[in-house]
Amino acid sequence: MHNSETLLFEGTAFKYGDNIDTDVIIPARYLNTSDPKELAAHCMEDIDREFAVRVRRGDIIVAGENFGCGSSREHAPIAIKASGISCVIAASFARIFYRNAVNIGLPILECPDASNGIGYGDTLFVDLSSGTIRNVSKKRDFFSHPLPPFMQEIIHAGGLVERTRLKMEEK
Amino acid sequence: MGMTMTEKILAAHAGISESTPGQLIEARCDMTLGNDITAPIAIREFTRIGVKTVWDAGRIALVPDHFTPNKDIPSAEQAKIVRDFAKAHDIVNYFEIGEMGIEHALLPEKGLVLPGDLVIGADSHTCTYGALGAFSTGVGSTDFACAMATGTCWFRVPETILVELKGSLPDCSCGKDVILKLIGDIGVDGARYKSLEFSGQGVSSLSMDGRFTIANMAIEAGAKNGIFGVDELTTAYIKESMESGLRKDEFTVYESDPDARYSRVITYDLGGIEPQVAFPHLPENTKGISEIAEIKIDQVVIGSCTNGRMEDLRTAAAVLKGKRVKRGVRLIVFPATQKIYLDALREGLIETFVESGAIVSTPTCGPCLGGHMGVLAAGEKAVATTNRNFVGRMGHKDSEVYLASPAVAAASALAGKIASPDSV
Ligand code: SF4
Repeated sequence: MHNSETLLFEGTAFKYGDNIDTDVIIPARYLNTSDPKELAAHCMEDIDREFAVRVRRGDIIVAGENFGCGSSREHAPIAIKASGISCVIAASFARIFYRNAVNIGLPILECPDASNGIGYGDTLFVDLSSGTIRNVSKKRDFFSHPLPPFMQEIIHAGGLVERTRLKMEEK
Repeated sequence: MGMTMTEKILAAHAGISESTPGQLIEARCDMTLGNDITAPIAIREFTRIGVKTVWDAGRIALVPDHFTPNKDIPSAEQAKIVRDFAKAHDIVNYFEIGEMGIEHALLPEKGLVLPGDLVIGADSHTCTYGALGAFSTGVGSTDFACAMATGTCWFRVPETILVELKGSLPDCSCGKDVILKLIGDIGVDGARYKSLEFSGQGVSSLSMDGRFTIANMAIEAGAKNGIFGVDELTTAYIKESMESGLRKDEFTVYESDPDARYSRVITYDLGGIEPQVAFPHLPENTKGISEIAEIKIDQVVIGSCTNGRMEDLRTAAAVLKGKRVKRGVRLIVFPATQKIYLDALREGLIETFVESGAIVSTPTCGPCLGGHMGVLAAGEKAVATTNRNFVGRMGHKDSEVYLASPAVAAASALAGKIASPDSV
């Protein structure tokens, strides 16, 4: 389920560890294309061959520290978004991945408790505007800081390109 | 309250008198960059913004370096998107093969980055230019697209970690060993969201090429940027690079205030830093060369935006001179730019490489990211002077990359196993 108006998501958790780097999210051998669908077909394949096959629209990636470290390739959040993932929750994010996700409108939440308290296959319910994460399977709630207003504004606009287009039109 | 160099540069470009860590700002860019992997997406997004022209055709650099000379049809198509865009928008700083180089070696060499600049690049190693006293950081394609339209970008002002360097390096060590040591100590997220400022009397003993190497790998500690102050060496470098005439503007030298805020201070005596090797599959898995047991290798790669500059090639050639690469080991050398290639040729370094049994490639990122020219098979091990040794970075997911300096890489090529330069 994905309701972009209210920013509520429900899906199954795909759980990974610390330092998931962009070479793992989308290996360089597939960077000779920028087609989101093709990228999604190879997303995470070097650590999880099942991911691209099993992921369903609305599912959620949950990871440990420093998710998305490594290169600046926007192909990484694009591949994740195109695979149907509604939201990424991690104990922490690498900074370029963080800004890329915000810029392309892929919701992310930083929450170490949720990262520890969620297992592979758990059913999750996420309210992005309040930063609440409910582990429906384990009946536990986690609370993360919602994104700063400036970044929420970018996500609400539908991404940085839309925000920039509006700004340029005003000029 | 005092400010760091990074805070001052960000404030000046945001048009405010002061900036503090955590603050979200929109700032003006002096130079923006994309390559053949990131620019095609940026160009698509730029088109969606709907503006007819770029903000400033002289302040956009497009460097197709990753899969060039094109390795296959899809990469040729990506490069063509960049070429067509450069032509349509009269992008001055578009560099085709024959005049190109790996972007982060090329931009400083061409005088496209000056001290005090704010530079963004759709490539994570854009942090390299911090060696020149500029604030430079890697961003994504969307950021680059919007900057091409507006000349601005958003930032969260980072906290700064001060890395104080004392003394001078032993003969066998270089800038690469300093940054590997630091990453080993603080970890791949030790400087996440932060700035790494290198200062102290030890900086003056580091060459310009060594400083580029150190700033280049700031991202491997998760940092937003790495930055050095400007000294005589920097000024001499800038003077030479500005002869290209591609940037004519004045530049501003920023210094951190004595009472600037630092979130952490780390001190190193350079004299105590021995050659370092980062084991698979993270740059933080470092060991001193003296602690390493025998590790046989299949390939050695010397080059990249980290260690493909003149000093790196000279060091490697000095180790290889008059000797032969161990049978069974493939040694690939790739100078970072066309100019470095030519200088190395004139100095006889290329001859030394070829005589030793190495192959020498035209400038390209190729092997560094497992793109082309030196992709590893399952189970193979490589020593590389590059910056990343993630799973699958240089090819098969079951291959291994060990990161080291040019001296260690060259010595390892001779020995057929990871070796110290003073052992061969
Ligand atoms: S040489 Fe390697 S690290 Fe440097 S820009 Fe090219 S691919 Fe990236």
